[in-house]
Amino acid sequence: MNLPALVLQLLLLLLLAPLVSGVIKNWKAKLQNRRGPRPWQVYFDLAKFLRKDMVISEHTSWVFGFAPYVVFLSALLTGLMVPMVHLPAPLSLFGGVLAVVGLLALGRFFLALGGLDPASAFGGMGSSREMTLSAIAEPALMLAIFTVAITAKSTDLSQMALSTQSATWKLLNPAHVLAFAAMFVVLLAETGRIPVDNPATHLELTMIHEAMLLEYSGRHLAFMEWGASVKQLVLMTLLLNVFFPIGLAGPGAGAAALGISLLAYLAKLLALSAAVVVVETTNAKLRLFRVPDLLSAAFVLATLALLSTFLFH
Amino acid sequence: MNMNDFSATLLTCALGAYVAGIVGALLFQRAEKLANGVGFGLAAAGGVCGIFACASSLATGAATASQSFALFPSLIPYVRFGLRADALGCFFGMVVSLLGVALSIYSLGYVRGYYGHKNAGVLGAFFNLLLLATTLVFLADNAFFFLIAWELMALSAYCLVSFEHEHAETRNAGVLFFIMSHLGTGCLILGFLLLFQASGSYGFEGFHALGDKMPAARRNVVFLLFLIGFGVKAGMVPLHIWLPAAHPVAPSNVSALMSGVLIKTGIYGLARVCFDFLGTPPNWWGVTVLTLGTISAVLGVLYALMEHDLKRLLAYHSIENIGIILMGLGAALMFLHSGHPVLASLALIAGLYHTLNHAVFKALLFLGAGAVLHATHTRNMEDLGGLAKRMRWTTLCFLVGAVAISALPPLNGFVSEWLTYQSLLQGFGTTTSLIRLMFPLSGAMLALTGALAAACFVKAFGVTFLGQPRGDHARQAREVPFPMLLGQGILVAACVFLGLFPTVFLKLFDPLTRQLTGQQLSQQLTMADGLVLSGGPAQGGTVSTPGIALMLLCLLPVPLTLWALFARRAGTRIGPTWDCGQRGLTPQMQYTATGFSKPLRMIFKALFRPRREVQREYDFSPYFTTTLRFESHVEEVFQTRIYRPLRWLVLRASRRLRALQAGSLQAYLIYIFVTLLALLLFAL
Amino acid sequence: MFVHDTLLNRLKRGCATMAYPAGPAPALPERHGGALRVEAAKCQADCAACVAVCPTEAVTRPPDRRVALDLGRCLFCAECVKACPTGAITQTGDHRLAVRRREDLVLGEAGNEQLRLAGVLDEKLRRLFRRSLKLRQVSAGGCNACEADTNVLGTIGWDLGRFGIQFVASPRHADGLLITGPVSKNMELALQKTYAAVPEPRIVIAVGACAIAGGPFVGHPQVHNGAGVLLPVDLFIPGCPPHPLTILDGLIRLLGRLEESGRKTG
Repeated sequence: MNLPALVLQLLLLLLLAPLVSGVIKNWKAKLQNRRGPRPWQVYFDLAKFLRKDMVISEHTSWVFGFAPYVVFLSALLTGLMVPMVHLPAPLSLFGGVLAVVGLLALGRFFLALGGLDPASAFGGMGSSREMTLSAIAEPALMLAIFTVAITAKSTDLSQMALSTQSATWKLLNPAHVLAFAAMFVVLLAETGRIPVDNPATHLELTMIHEAMLLEYSGRHLAFMEWGASVKQLVLMTLLLNVFFPIGLAGPGAGAAALGISLLAYLAKLLALSAAVVVVETTNAKLRLFRVPDLLSAAFVLATLALLSTFLFH
Repeated sequence: MNMNDFSATLLTCALGAYVAGIVGALLFQRAEKLANGVGFGLAAAGGVCGIFACASSLATGAATASQSFALFPSLIPYVRFGLRADALGCFFGMVVSLLGVALSIYSLGYVRGYYGHKNAGVLGAFFNLLLLATTLVFLADNAFFFLIAWELMALSAYCLVSFEHEHAETRNAGVLFFIMSHLGTGCLILGFLLLFQASGSYGFEGFHALGDKMPAARRNVVFLLFLIGFGVKAGMVPLHIWLPAAHPVAPSNVSALMSGVLIKTGIYGLARVCFDFLGTPPNWWGVTVLTLGTISAVLGVLYALMEHDLKRLLAYHSIENIGIILMGLGAALMFLHSGHPVLASLALIAGLYHTLNHAVFKALLFLGAGAVLHATHTRNMEDLGGLAKRMRWTTLCFLVGAVAISALPPLNGFVSEWLTYQSLLQGFGTTTSLIRLMFPLSGAMLALTGALAAACFVKAFGVTFLGQPRGDHARQAREVPFPMLLGQGILVAACVFLGLFPTVFLKLFDPLTRQLTGQQLSQQLTMADGLVLSGGPAQGGTVSTPGIALMLLCLLPVPLTLWALFARRAGTRIGPTWDCGQRGLTPQMQYTATGFSKPLRMIFKALFRPRREVQREYDFSPYFTTTLRFESHVEEVFQTRIYRPLRWLVLRASRRLRALQAGSLQAYLIYIFVTLLALLLFAL
Repeated sequence: MFVHDTLLNRLKRGCATMAYPAGPAPALPERHGGALRVEAAKCQADCAACVAVCPTEAVTRPPDRRVALDLGRCLFCAECVKACPTGAITQTGDHRLAVRRREDLVLGEAGNEQLRLAGVLDEKLRRLFRRSLKLRQVSAGGCNACEADTNVLGTIGWDLGRFGIQFVASPRHADGLLITGPVSKNMELALQKTYAAVPEPRIVIAVGACAIAGGPFVGHPQVHNGAGVLLPVDLFIPGCPPHPLTILDGLIRLLGRLEESGRKTG
């Protein structure tokens, strides 16, 4: 295990994740014809939350205080298993894509429990909706991943990226394009973006992710928010580096290659953020019971991707 | 002394302990505490002997070379009470013994709740009998002994299920269990008879690799008979209807034993028949088992989500996990057919590892539910809540079980599901036909199952243990006695060890796979000195649960540093839950279990067909209701579409046939005469 | 295509947010006279013309001084400006009205002709909230005009978010309350519970005449005559309703953000 690489990737995760959220917020504002908060506003928000006191509900148990750490740490650990700038990822031996999905599920499990603990109706509602939608999104996610894993003959993320890198025409392979589309929809669902959930809403009845956070304050809230943005970064990185590993530095690359890889990674992140911003701006949030239709469409796309591998082999 | 003899002696000790437990518990019936202690203490002792016997047999490799020995001579021809501790039997014997230990210790505390109004000695005796019979089922070496042990198991289970027979629900559940069990046993008897016909003897040694010598049609019939027979016991959809009825009404230690071990006898039987007896399978066997497994998994968890009775919910989850095990077994069968013994071993290991894991975490969950029942006298989640502050240790144990069953890293459920995913994914490359699409699609359904199980356990744990108590029983709950906590603790430790050290347990599977598929995989699946689990091929996927657990701890300094840097002076204040400025939240304002699963009920409306009934009484205007009654009901599709019409058909047919019982002596004399005539003609 | 047309339209429109505070403030509408100025020296001995016309008794002639105009009770109806024969009360057209202390809203003493405007929060709070302030709005029984003008700050022309100021859904996430309305008896419990739900350190901002002193409802048995009765208030923004520019000026002056944009406090 490469310790410097691990520390560097950890720092990159911690610092980049809030920035991506901030960039998306800023570009959304720009597309709404207003100046919007600066991209680095999120850092100030997190720092302030960390410094503030906490108010904890009298009905909660130890699970409430335990959940933010599980969410934060599981998101960070998945980030270390996903190749960002360098193949293989620092902890790629510890788990591939199945472990990543499993750890994100662990974070979500405790997030949902944290919503139920304060005995508030809003939290329960958020937990119920979050678990339902993530369950419906899971088959689409897994099928899209399996399509790539089958082509790469491995669930190891570095292998999957390498196998896509090896032949350039593979990038436009119908299976890849369809799987990418399916995973993009799942990305929107998992990170709570329009059209699945509105991250900026104040109406509790329209909340999914936010509803579970209503009781959190101070540093607990900071860790929850930071963990959510790390999870978002991890899912985006997964999407980008598995389907478009252009410029990704291989094992034993020198400093120059790593620098190019970092620039390419940032460029790809910005492009994906722009796509998310466009989708959020031009769509309205779906009614809760229309979201399974959207996720079923993602599942159909993933199935089509699977069938395409069949046709092209 | 030969290792074989050592384990044989230990086994005999274990069986003897169980018998002593039966006798002792019945003897001391009047002295409840003594009966409790003797009965369950001996069961625990038997379990310990059993674990050592089976584990040592597997670890030292003696299992593959084991010979059968007769327990004691029998005076009946054809019947031989022979035991054979081969790898497959030892593995399942280890499972039942481990559960026996934990559950017996738990029962020492749990049965105290029955003092005064029920007979603890009888419970202890039947418990020992069930353990004895189950162990014999796994170790029997011929069909007769197997069936005797099988029936003994079914009867003792029936007696245990009907222990609280004062309630009509319990009596009905017991009868249903009895009927379904015997339907299965009937199929088993037919299957064994067909095997006897082909082999000439009843011994399992003789049945080995028999399938290759049998004509294809007969083989298929045998397979189907055993699939139905063992499927009933395993709780495979659509033969599962007894499970959600019987598990909730039995005493909790019995439910744990049933869910943990009894249904695994079905898996044992299927593994024995498909991998040992019937030789190389045709493809459609594996496809059928895989499909039935997938359907069981998805339907099991969907119906679990609709339940608000804690034990019924757990019963449906057993159906789900049996589905996952069957997926592994089905995939293994398909790989055997296509000539990939290594992959078949991987799939078999995945299925059997999940068997062990499920036994452990399901028993843990049932023990937790039993503790809740013991403390609050209700299984209904809608009356519970806030138990986390009143029953700290039970909460922790149940949480570990919930995380394990939701297949979340780094616990054991994740490891066996990971192995199942690996075998399914690698299976895609084994054939070029369309059938290979089944593998990723089953994988996607497995993912759906896992996510729905997580949702269900957020509901079960959250509504039962978190929030405010929704009733007086929950408010007055107190932590349960120490033996109950110890029993749960043993299983928690097992969950954690099975999750964090899978590579160690993989060595135990070597003799098993060597016996059944001729492959030994533990070397291939272990990397980095046993810290990393691999999926087999080089450059394939790897996972390291100890690594994940360790890294989660190692990353803890990150939030702690942030705390030290920024939040050192931040204080904490306790206040009421934010209620938008209202007068205060009552326990009724929390989310209920039914409300939690409402979105899923709506999404899967086509399957559930929920029925909703609202009745209101009013004096002068319907807008000022005096009484409101709301009922929401989901009935299993199998009950409405299959079993109810079937029941109606059977009753109708029997009503018609009743005409034969004319009651007149003359008619009966004519029946006898006609039958005699027919037999004479037939003889000619 | 919808997406294409939407994007082109938005990109063509460009940024609609005003330059203030980096640029000049938008002009106040004609009917808005801005802050009031009281020159007590011009007051005649036994003239009480302004007292008679004031609907909320904001302007009084107490025994210890010539005239006292409490801008906290003032509805800015400008009747007193019209009624005064000597022009002692005049409108300045200045949009800046926010103050930190309640007594700073009372004009009329020598040297107190004009508002002494809000200074910055104390150092500890300023450092904490300067770049990120989250507020929970509590509407405590008023006419909703103050809420509407506060809401306007979230529109694309004003864009409160660019200062790091945001309204949040849960008081647990908030750094303070922004209270409007006279705090009716029905809203007393809600207001107190909301304040209790905000983690320390926290601030309270009272916007509008109602929240400062009861506004048109002053003296009514069903109201508490302002938030100051129940909670410690850190910023008072008078007006009925205060112009969004006044509210914005108050908020960013509180955070000390005004200096960076090159404008000096009054």
